[in-house]
Amino acid sequence: MNPGALAVAASVRSGERRARAVVEETLEAIAARDPGLHAFLHVAGDQALEAAAAVDRAVEEGRDPGPLAGVPVALKDNICTRGVPTTCASRILEGWLPPYDATVVTRLRDAGAVVVGKTNLDEFAMGSSTENSSRGPTRHPMDPTRVPGGSSGGSAAAVGAGLVPLALGSDTGGSVRQPAALCGTVGMKPTYGLVSRYGLVAFASSLDQIGPIARSVGDAAALFEVIAGHDPLDSTSLDAPAPSVSQVLDAGVEGMRVGLVAELVDGTAPDVARRVRAAAGALAGAGAVVDDVTVPEMRFGLSAYYLIAPAEASSNLARYDGVRYGLRVDAPDVAAMNTATRTAGFGPEVKRRIMLGTYALSAGYYDAYYGKAQRVRTLMIRAFDRAYERFDVLLGATAPTTAFRLGERTDDPLAMYMSDVCTIPSNLSGHPAISVPFGAGDDGLPVGVQVLAPARGEEQLFRAAAVLERAAGEVRS
Amino acid sequence: MSGGPPSGATEPAVPSPGSGAVDPTPTLGREDVAHVAALARLALSDDELDMFTEQLARVIEHARDVAALDVADVPPTAHPLPVRNVLRADEPRGGLDRDEVLAAAPDVEDGRFKVPRIVGEAP
Repeated sequence: MNPGALAVAASVRSGERRARAVVEETLEAIAARDPGLHAFLHVAGDQALEAAAAVDRAVEEGRDPGPLAGVPVALKDNICTRGVPTTCASRILEGWLPPYDATVVTRLRDAGAVVVGKTNLDEFAMGSSTENSSRGPTRHPMDPTRVPGGSSGGSAAAVGAGLVPLALGSDTGGSVRQPAALCGTVGMKPTYGLVSRYGLVAFASSLDQIGPIARSVGDAAALFEVIAGHDPLDSTSLDAPAPSVSQVLDAGVEGMRVGLVAELVDGTAPDVARRVRAAAGALAGAGAVVDDVTVPEMRFGLSAYYLIAPAEASSNLARYDGVRYGLRVDAPDVAAMNTATRTAGFGPEVKRRIMLGTYALSAGYYDAYYGKAQRVRTLMIRAFDRAYERFDVLLGATAPTTAFRLGERTDDPLAMYMSDVCTIPSNLSGHPAISVPFGAGDDGLPVGVQVLAPARGEEQLFRAAAVLERAAGEVRS
Repeated sequence: MSGGPPSGATEPAVPSPGSGAVDPTPTLGREDVAHVAALARLALSDDELDMFTEQLARVIEHARDVAALDVADVPPTAHPLPVRNVLRADEPRGGLDRDEVLAAAPDVEDGRFKVPRIVGEAP
């Protein structure tokens, strides 16, 4: 297994290793192992080697090459990269070369990280298994008959398989945390507004947030710190300094009040629930004050989410009309061209969500569905606020089961949507949450436990995550 | 998992489904799907119409737990951040390179996006 991101950066910064050698090794590993995994949609080999050479020049000339110097990073293919294909795993964007970089990409480059490629996802990030990709599914790194989760399944699988130490995903209803959990990696959704969404192809704008995937809590913290912070190019970006989290990783959880959320444990598979209870025990053993809590409003989260997110998606995806970029299917007039293009360009799940959202917003149904869902969103936020009067962080499962089999849930959209039931509440509230690997289920596959915190509570989030990571390591050895 | 998250113990703060008893929420049928598909500019075959109607009706059926809540006195949340009218100074600055942007378009003419006929017989 490759060393972690911070170890790579330390060796490149000290001159002990050359970034070019690190990146060459990564590209070789991808060439050798990705055909069986299909985590990548595009490998940007030439650009990566060029970027690595620039890092090496900085080191030679005594300039600071950045905190992630020479670290290979993979990006979910809904994050814009100038001159490098960005497809969202959709036929409608096949071959598109963005004319600009997303802000997170600019920040990664400034930090010395090297973008090696773009990873597979459910089309437009709509899905929980990466099976809704126009380019075919990604396989789970430990069992090719299973899914890696989704929608950031390519990023989670690439990190889980050890092809890259770091990757970015996007999390609208759990799309970073759920695949991270299924692939045995760390995945984090920041507070809404802490990470710029400029250059992230929009799915549901009031929920979308870019987040890090890594093999350790420390690496995830380092990546979070690089991408977080105010960006004038994103009007939803918080105009405040981002929390610094790396320095608190060893602070422990002595006296931290932890709420074990019944709604995030009871409905999960028995082996998953056991791991979550073990995690609660580990935090208590490290000095945290752990108590049970119920947040009954969470039971409405799934329904509210599957009205709000499709409603926003139906509006955001109206831009794919065959005029300015992407696919065009010719027709004699413009309306027929729009329809022919969208019909050929979108896959079934994207069509489902667009129609569901159009329905929820349409005359006669707006108040009954979309309006109600927005009010339920308020109830969810109030429920979290009440819980955070008593607790510093909350604890639960990240996903109801371990990695499921390819095809198992593809014919039943509602069953697939249930995969997000534990992660959706944090998106509705805009709060941060992190998934940390905590042992295995009965099938030997990884189980992730989820820590949730109030807005801008990243410090206590990472403190608890670091303690869980150490405890999980002790269990394993 | 088949019935959504477990209910757990309830607190009085949670409205109970149907307590408002105002709105027998609408169900979704084949003609609704045909209508929204047309609004969203998607063409569906008869088989697709059947499949999507069945699938979307199940999702809407699940959403009835939310639709049945009496939450008239709860304000809606459109966005998790309390930000309003984020403005920047009105200073001219460069935009994207025109040729680079037009290079990504399916059809262009004289530095503009080109589309098929707009005015004519109704679509």
